[in-house]
Amino acid sequence: MEKKKNVIGKHTPENVIFNIINYGVLTLLTLLCLYPMLHVLFASVSDPTTLISHRGLLLKPLGFTLSGYQLVFKDNSLLIGFKNTFLYVGLGTLVNMLITITMFFGGGLIPWFLMMRQIGCYNNMWAMILPTALNTWNMIILRTGFQSFPYDLEEAAVIDGASQARILIDVILPLSKPVLAVIFLYYLVGNWNSWFNAMVLLKDRDRYPLQLLLKEILVMNDSFMTSVGSAGGVSVNSVQGATAYRELVKYCVTVIVTLPILCVYPFLQKYFVKGVFVGSIKG
Amino acid sequence: MKLKRKKDTFKTALRKDLKKNSFAYLLLVPVLLWYAVFCYAPMWGVLLAFKDYKPLLGFGGSPWVGLKHFKEFFSSPFLVRTVKNTFMLNIWGLAFGFTSPILLALLLNEIKAVRFKKVVQTITYMPHFISLVVICGMIHIFTQSGGILTQLVDWISGTEHASLLGYTDMFRPIYTFSGIWQNIGWDSIIYLSAMSSIDPGLYEAADIDGAGRLRKMWHVTLPQIRPTIIILFIFAVGGLMASGHEKIILLYNPLTYEKADVIASYVYRRGLQEASYSFATAVGLVSSVVNFLLLWFTNRVSKKYSEISVF
Repeated sequence: MEKKKNVIGKHTPENVIFNIINYGVLTLLTLLCLYPMLHVLFASVSDPTTLISHRGLLLKPLGFTLSGYQLVFKDNSLLIGFKNTFLYVGLGTLVNMLITITMFFGGGLIPWFLMMRQIGCYNNMWAMILPTALNTWNMIILRTGFQSFPYDLEEAAVIDGASQARILIDVILPLSKPVLAVIFLYYLVGNWNSWFNAMVLLKDRDRYPLQLLLKEILVMNDSFMTSVGSAGGVSVNSVQGATAYRELVKYCVTVIVTLPILCVYPFLQKYFVKGVFVGSIKG
Repeated sequence: MKLKRKKDTFKTALRKDLKKNSFAYLLLVPVLLWYAVFCYAPMWGVLLAFKDYKPLLGFGGSPWVGLKHFKEFFSSPFLVRTVKNTFMLNIWGLAFGFTSPILLALLLNEIKAVRFKKVVQTITYMPHFISLVVICGMIHIFTQSGGILTQLVDWISGTEHASLLGYTDMFRPIYTFSGIWQNIGWDSIIYLSAMSSIDPGLYEAADIDGAGRLRKMWHVTLPQIRPTIIILFIFAVGGLMASGHEKIILLYNPLTYEKADVIASYVYRRGLQEASYSFATAVGLVSSVVNFLLLWFTNRVSKKYSEISVF
């Protein structure tokens, strides 16, 4: 290792040029990755009328206002969305974990949809939990984890007179905590971000999870915001002002929904990365 | 005689095993049930493709119509359009989305400053965890008229543009490059780990032979991670027809159907929005079959030329 470092660290002209270019490209790439997120964050606290007429990059907030966030939280449909998402994510992940402890050719969307409707997984909470209760990929990850324990371990427990349930609870599970953490996080993020099943299987708006509401606000330019614009407590006088606020609200909503995951992510990064390996080695 | 004995031993063995490992079998029950209901029962529903499904008549009562729906699909202009778009989007994806993480990994692998490397990795992984809906929302915001990307395009082309998502020719670049933005960091993880297990002796040997850093990248690093690249490539091709319909549904609109409508989004529109269940099932079945053949074919080719295969 030491030797390799010496060779690469040599200050030959070729090396220096290579390093400059490499660091430059990577720095640029990193900035490119970061910028869209910062743009949304800055825009969400900017003054809406200045923002809408602003041209070029957004490197700092234009003015400062939290009125967009105020508008978002005045309308309670987003809060209901939050509540629904917490319910689906919480319960869903719990069911995922319970079932898991214990691919290329499928039936297709339509037969699946009809089947769900037939067994009652339609327009209710179960529609959000049961169809995604198990993920084959995650199961393979966990199985790989289990297989990595030496067989002697189980044998020793049997000799000590442990039942199978006991072996699972007292021997296997404590040892597989890291793998379980990985799977738990995968399910958590997956549930938090899912929207397609909700769009297909839910009919009532008051059951919608956050992501589906977001889809309506951001992608379909939904009327939710116009109603806020006209009835909201923040004074919005002109049509132009309403448009500006509608744009502002989009930024705020994006930040609100993304921030929780991005805040915990740096602390959990190593677990996520671990999952990539566990799944790929033998899976 | 022989056969019967064999069967008996299997049965008794099973019974013994059931008794001995009853707890394990008990845990298996809900999992098997789940697979039966949510994975295998819908497969049975593929038969709908050969029927004329009417909700009132039910699954069993709907009349058989043979290949009617397949004939309809094969004679419609949508066959060419959706298949072509599916392929084109995936070719863009393979050309740019598949190669870019390898490039990033190659560059990162040459970085010796641990701190800098960590920061780059943390930031480039981040977009992977943003939900698809938010990503597409951001794309909508950035590409609307006056959005930051639209401004860039205006500046380059010198003319004003309306929302970029309304131009057919813009769809593939937007779709592909937003995908790269979201996944370049995350997808590079696996290559980086493959690179970290390369024997340092190989680099030393290359040094002695007078190879510069670019040559070492090309002649040592890349050949060493070739198996990883090939396996991931097979998987990428295998998922070709199935991938990405969620993102397409979030990004396309009637203006861009001509280049954006893929098989999966067509199935969704015809099946769930227009309730032509049987027709959509038939289209879905066609895509499943093509997909399976593609996977098989890529695997065969790779087995022949590189002796690496998934199955």
